[in-house]
Amino acid sequence: MVEFTLWDILRNLLLAARWTVGLSLIAFIGGGCVGFALLIARLTPSRSARRLVSLYVQLFQGTPLLIQLFLAYFGLALLGIQTSPWTAAALALTAYTSAFLSEIWFGCVASVPRGQWEAARSLALNFWEQLRHVILPQALTIAVPPTVGFLVQVIKGTALASVIGFVELTKAGGMITNATFRPFTVYALVALIYFALCYPISLTARALERTLHAAHR
Amino acid sequence: MLAKGVAWTLGLTAISATAGIALGVGCAWARIHGPVWMKAVTGAYVELFRNTPFIVQLFFIFFGLPAMGFRLSPEAASILAMVVNLGAYATEIIRAGIEATPRGQVEAALSLALSRMQTFFHVVLPPALRKVWPALVSQIIIVMLGSSVCGQISTEELSFAANLIQSRNFRAFEAFIVAALIYLALSIALRRLLNWLGPRFLFGD
Repeated sequence: MVEFTLWDILRNLLLAARWTVGLSLIAFIGGGCVGFALLIARLTPSRSARRLVSLYVQLFQGTPLLIQLFLAYFGLALLGIQTSPWTAAALALTAYTSAFLSEIWFGCVASVPRGQWEAARSLALNFWEQLRHVILPQALTIAVPPTVGFLVQVIKGTALASVIGFVELTKAGGMITNATFRPFTVYALVALIYFALCYPISLTARALERTLHAAHR
Repeated sequence: MLAKGVAWTLGLTAISATAGIALGVGCAWARIHGPVWMKAVTGAYVELFRNTPFIVQLFFIFFGLPAMGFRLSPEAASILAMVVNLGAYATEIIRAGIEATPRGQVEAALSLALSRMQTFFHVVLPPALRKVWPALVSQIIIVMLGSSVCGQISTEELSFAANLIQSRNFRAFEAFIVAALIYLALSIALRRLLNWLGPRFLFGD
């Protein structure tokens, strides 16, 4: 049997953490794009579009991410679309992230006073101009802290991709445990690495929230 | 099989919601009124559990703790993980509610010769819970959805049942769609139920 030092374990975990970060970024950027499109669809006057989007949001917020991952991995394969753990994880996480982000952003847009829309319309701006010049700039400042905060949820969400065999931090932890028989040390380290990734982001979100509150007073 | 899974999912949720909120109330009290060391300990607990994935907490408890001499069944490990996870989030939510209670109320209660404990449980806590109840309900639902992960350590809850079914008849798509719809129905029903239950029984409206 090969002996593993603590450093070996830590180094391998840190190498695996790259995939956690990568997957988080993909989910966050992809989810952001889709979420933005959903947001626009929800703001348009079309009622059916709004209803479809809120159905989508409810569907992804009301079901576990794990089941979404299973559906993307095992489910799509049976429909004839071959998915690797990579695509399945990226797909499921993007859909999940987009649902939450569009909901967060919709709340931010809704918190812009109605009068702002009306004022913009009375200046003869069309829908896109109202959004671009009047509403979104105001909503954006409100949206930054919760969006940053949600990044923590995405990073934690990537841990579930381990279940469909995507080798990121959690999966690597399981594999190293099997090789070293030191589950206590390994999972403690895994948790600490996640903490090191997430805690600074949480702090940033909180600091942003505080400055925003101060600016509003 | 799915019915049994649903029962386990709901059972896990019920236990962890009750114990998790109790833990949250205790920790929220400790974070506001406790001595300095207690504030530090609960603060560290809350940040640690809020910033690590549930699945890692679960694996740590199930695979890691036996190395220290605590051997837990999958069910016990699931419950423990869900309780401490919800407890951490509930602490922050309840703390926000408590801090929103006007100081005058506390002073009025103390001037009526209520003890600090009585003041906390009769004057501060009920309106605080009422204020944050919607947030708590959302968190309980998130924990219910999170319980799907417990199937990974072979607790026989809903997603475990779905996984077993698809591994037997290879109809993965149907199995998981059905599971997803059940979770959706559960989360909608649970939100309704808790929003109805809370005001009636928990903080008497």
